[in-house]
Amino acid sequence: MVTGNEACGEAAIRAGCRFFFAYPITPQNELLEYMAHRLPEVGGIFIQSESELAAISMVYGAAVAGKRAMTASSACGVALMQEGLSYLAASQLPCVIVNISRAGPGLGRIAPAQSDYRQMTRGGGDGDYHLVVFGPASVQEMAELTYLAFDLADKYRNPVAILADGMLGQMMEPVVLPKSRDPNDLPPKTWAVTGAKGRERNLILAAPYTDEELIAINEELEKKYRSIEAAEQRWETVFMDDAELVVLAFGTSSRIAIEAIEHARNEGIKVGMIRPISLWPFPKEAFKDLDDHVRAYIVVEMNNGQMIEDVLLARCGNTPVHHFGKGGGWRPTPECVYEEIVRLWRRVC
Amino acid sequence: MKIFVRPSSMSDKHVPYCPGCGHGIALRLIGEAIDELDVFKKVIGIAPVGCAVRSWRLFKFDMAHAAHGRPPAVATGLKRALPDNIIFTYQGDGDSAAIGLAELMHAALRCEKFSVFMINNAIYGATGGQCAPTTLIGQPSVSYPSGRDPNIIGYPIKMAEIIASVSRNAYVARVALNSVRNIMEAKEAVIKAFKTQERRLGFSFVEMLSPCPTGWNMKPLDALKWMEEKMIPEYPLGEYSVPEGL
Repeated sequence: MVTGNEACGEAAIRAGCRFFFAYPITPQNELLEYMAHRLPEVGGIFIQSESELAAISMVYGAAVAGKRAMTASSACGVALMQEGLSYLAASQLPCVIVNISRAGPGLGRIAPAQSDYRQMTRGGGDGDYHLVVFGPASVQEMAELTYLAFDLADKYRNPVAILADGMLGQMMEPVVLPKSRDPNDLPPKTWAVTGAKGRERNLILAAPYTDEELIAINEELEKKYRSIEAAEQRWETVFMDDAELVVLAFGTSSRIAIEAIEHARNEGIKVGMIRPISLWPFPKEAFKDLDDHVRAYIVVEMNNGQMIEDVLLARCGNTPVHHFGKGGGWRPTPECVYEEIVRLWRRVC
Repeated sequence: MKIFVRPSSMSDKHVPYCPGCGHGIALRLIGEAIDELDVFKKVIGIAPVGCAVRSWRLFKFDMAHAAHGRPPAVATGLKRALPDNIIFTYQGDGDSAAIGLAELMHAALRCEKFSVFMINNAIYGATGGQCAPTTLIGQPSVSYPSGRDPNIIGYPIKMAEIIASVSRNAYVARVALNSVRNIMEAKEAVIKAFKTQERRLGFSFVEMLSPCPTGWNMKPLDALKWMEEKMIPEYPLGEYSVPEGL
């Protein structure tokens, strides 16, 4: 039994991450503490930085050298990293960032919340770029998706983010950890800046010299994002074979919603669930052919309505989409989600 | 017969700076030091924004960009990842003493084993001559046209003194790029900074007073005279910290 924060940290180390730079913030602290004691044991580097701005820049530095590096923060701390994330995306540098998010806006409070959906999937940094974003829903997924995040970051040369919250970070569950990989056995990064010894020099440039070059970089990035959208959509479906009412929920809210859905099924309500695992790319493919038999979607999220925008874009026809959620650290109970399902079922089905 | 050529660590690209600017001299000194110490294959430069961003075209070795003010944090990650390489940052005074003051101070505080070369030209050059933390009292800028008034924007920041006070066993020097003699001394400081890093003694920081005739609205020769008469008295030259073992 380990916590989600520990599972995330251990999976990162097993993925070959030896560099972790972060600034303390609740509820991310257990991850920082885990890395602080585990990384020295495996010959890695842990630095408690002077700020989130510095933490993401240190990640940038280790990524420039071709090393697997990670940082973690929470909500308002991640906001400070947006500068670095835009630079990492612009320079096509792989890294993993973990947002054990809290409720905003502003300083907010430390309660679990999903009000960083937009911050992570849209980015707060400048320019046209995307992070790959995963929303784990269990301690097992905290481990699996963190491990996968490093491989995808390297594959696409792009930052990959984990969006969780204090509940997923601090709850304990059994976990099967992925196998350990020696950082020296990872595929070589020929683009890394390591000193021009026996090769032409390498450059990591965030700013090109001409307008034409910047347009070309944007085209290259856009091509990459389209290929990520085609290959990396991930989701889970529950009771979807005959569902007429479909709940959309990710992470913590999906765990609460599933209890309500099981209860409703026992009452004969044909309700199912699509649980996005990749938040960007959003699993649009999950909505294919659903309009024939789905009468309404209900998006359960712990915010004032953020993922609902992606659902509105992903549904094929005019099927109504309802939002059930609230910002500021509000957590739904299975009972209130059940009542919402029943209410909507009576209205549309 | 000795022919004047560019250092072999530098390209033959056009020097993209204004007439009378000190950047070309500073970059050349770094290039000469890299040649003389024979570290071309393991040197990595980090350049942020502003006039400094253009330095990558003039060097031939590996380089990376960094966000405004963040080079010391980027260099921290890079040097911790590649402890056997020679890492330096090349930053302006806005980069190091304004937006990136925290990153620079904390890198010095952690005694990171890389070198920072800071250009102090008392102005924001690339953006068109705004007031810098290093702008002298009374010196006009486009953001404070009637001159720097300490009651409004405070006093010039003394970076070499600050870094010497927060780091341990560091090499810290202030040099000037306005005369042959001062430029020769500046080169010595660059070499000592790299040696401090090579021997893993501590942090190394060289503040280079540098002319910006465009930003100062002066002719190049007047700029050199202004440096001698106004800038150097405000920013005394010399070594502020010399590490044991250098």
